[in-house]
Amino acid sequence: MAGEIAIKIEGLTFTYAAGSKPALSNINLEIKRGEYLGIMGLNGAGKTTLGLSINGIVPQSTMGFYEGKVTVEGLDTSTTPVREMARTVGIVFDNPEFQMSQVSAAEEVALGLENLGVPTEEMPPRVSAALATVGLPGFEERSPMGLSGGQQQRLAIASVLAMHPRILFMDEPTSNLDPIGKEEVFELARKLNREDGLTVIVAEHECEVLAAYADRIVVLNEGKIVMIGTPSEVFARGDELAKLGLRVPQATELALDLGGSDKKNLPVTTEEAVKWVEAR
Amino acid sequence: MSDAIIQVKDVRYVYARGAVVALDGISLDVPAGQSLGIVGQNGSGKTTLTKLFNGLLRPTSGAVIVDGRDTAKHSVQEMAGTIGYVFQNPNHQLFASSVAEELAFGPTNMKMSPEEVKAKVEEAFEFFDLGQYRDHHPYRLSFPLRKLVGIASVFTMGPKIFVLDEPTTGQDHQTTRVINRLIHKLSERGSTVICVTHDMPLVADVSERMIVMWNAKMIADGTPKQVFSDTEVMQRTHIAPPQIAQISMQLKARKGKEAVLSVEELAAELGGKKKGGA
Repeated sequence: MAGEIAIKIEGLTFTYAAGSKPALSNINLEIKRGEYLGIMGLNGAGKTTLGLSINGIVPQSTMGFYEGKVTVEGLDTSTTPVREMARTVGIVFDNPEFQMSQVSAAEEVALGLENLGVPTEEMPPRVSAALATVGLPGFEERSPMGLSGGQQQRLAIASVLAMHPRILFMDEPTSNLDPIGKEEVFELARKLNREDGLTVIVAEHECEVLAAYADRIVVLNEGKIVMIGTPSEVFARGDELAKLGLRVPQATELALDLGGSDKKNLPVTTEEAVKWVEAR
Repeated sequence: MSDAIIQVKDVRYVYARGAVVALDGISLDVPAGQSLGIVGQNGSGKTTLTKLFNGLLRPTSGAVIVDGRDTAKHSVQEMAGTIGYVFQNPNHQLFASSVAEELAFGPTNMKMSPEEVKAKVEEAFEFFDLGQYRDHHPYRLSFPLRKLVGIASVFTMGPKIFVLDEPTTGQDHQTTRVINRLIHKLSERGSTVICVTHDMPLVADVSERMIVMWNAKMIADGTPKQVFSDTEVMQRTHIAPPQIAQISMQLKARKGKEAVLSVEELAAELGGKKKGGA
């Protein structure tokens, strides 16, 4: 399966009805099955809109002008009902609390399944399996509001996993979480990607996180893709990123400051930087 | 009388319902003008601690003295001129129909004279460089600008102490830089600034001192360098020091030395700057 294309975006331009400039402008991008893709950019660069175009909320539930084509696992996202798309693409937003509406964790997870028309008898095993996957086994009767931020965000992930999606898009999933919650969520996403083969897309400001987890990083600026490559390829262009108001991991900054010039092999993580410095 | 602007004396705080001990024997002196970072997991007691500073919560036992006043004997209203809180989300704080009105609200409410209010508002426009937005509706401003207006609307009340709750959460690098610079500016003019945050690079940049809360107790207190070098505390609390601090601590050649908090400093220590560097 590896190497096959999960998402193909061709000439995508989208302008919100209330917007004067396109939120996305001529985006062309292919994402492989099982890839872990990071998206970087300033607020307003188009990260969220790109995510919403992958599950069809853009353009189907969003007023605006849409051009181009987005194909996700063979489905055209502009015509496949959003409800159907949810079987393929799960989306998790930044504030888990806003995503919680039910009195128990089990009901929270079952909600999406009900919307998909999954038979009632199939629900309990799917709910329990999803809760176990995110490290919340036995939490069925717990109130979502009584959970920690990290647990709530993992419950939000369980709610989309129960629909058995092949793609998980997370939009700044840990910006409201404490350090433990952050660790929990990113370790879970790594596990889903590595062990279960999910295609994972994460929009994130913290470049250290993307450096540690992503296979490739896309940099958006004013709705356009301005860079794409492996973390070390992208972060080697520290000067250009700085002009866009973005930064690189301190690991890379250190190597650049110490005269590192082999753009293909610059360290991007703590471990790599330690090795790099000690090998000088 | 101590010259500390905030004195927390052996405070215990128990939430009545469920008898949850939120603070357990906390003592802390914050000198006037200090920039302090308070870190720790959610539920560790950080927020409870800051709510004691203006008397929003009163200690179950012990005492909290702020600017010479026992907070148990003064109303939150009375403390508002001394200590100002800036919430994480400016949308929860802004409500007026223009920036100028927003900035005038606090001091007017505190019964300052119209002349004083005007002077405060002008000072804020200058300090925050917001003059060009005076007639704008706060909700029509970009999020970073709204964030600044949120801080400015506390500034106009003239507090000696600013408590900033997660000032940089969810912000991009550009906005974070603006906020960091602003916190430095507040410190430079002599304000006491307290940041409650999960953003360790922010603490490394703006705080002279940091404390770590863990299970209702204060388990570390020192300069960010000292605290980030305390591997035991970092591991126990799952707090990740800034990446450069982690790298500096893991280098074999630096074994036993304190963490370094800036890339420039570590690069200089490792003896090599790129061509054309300073």
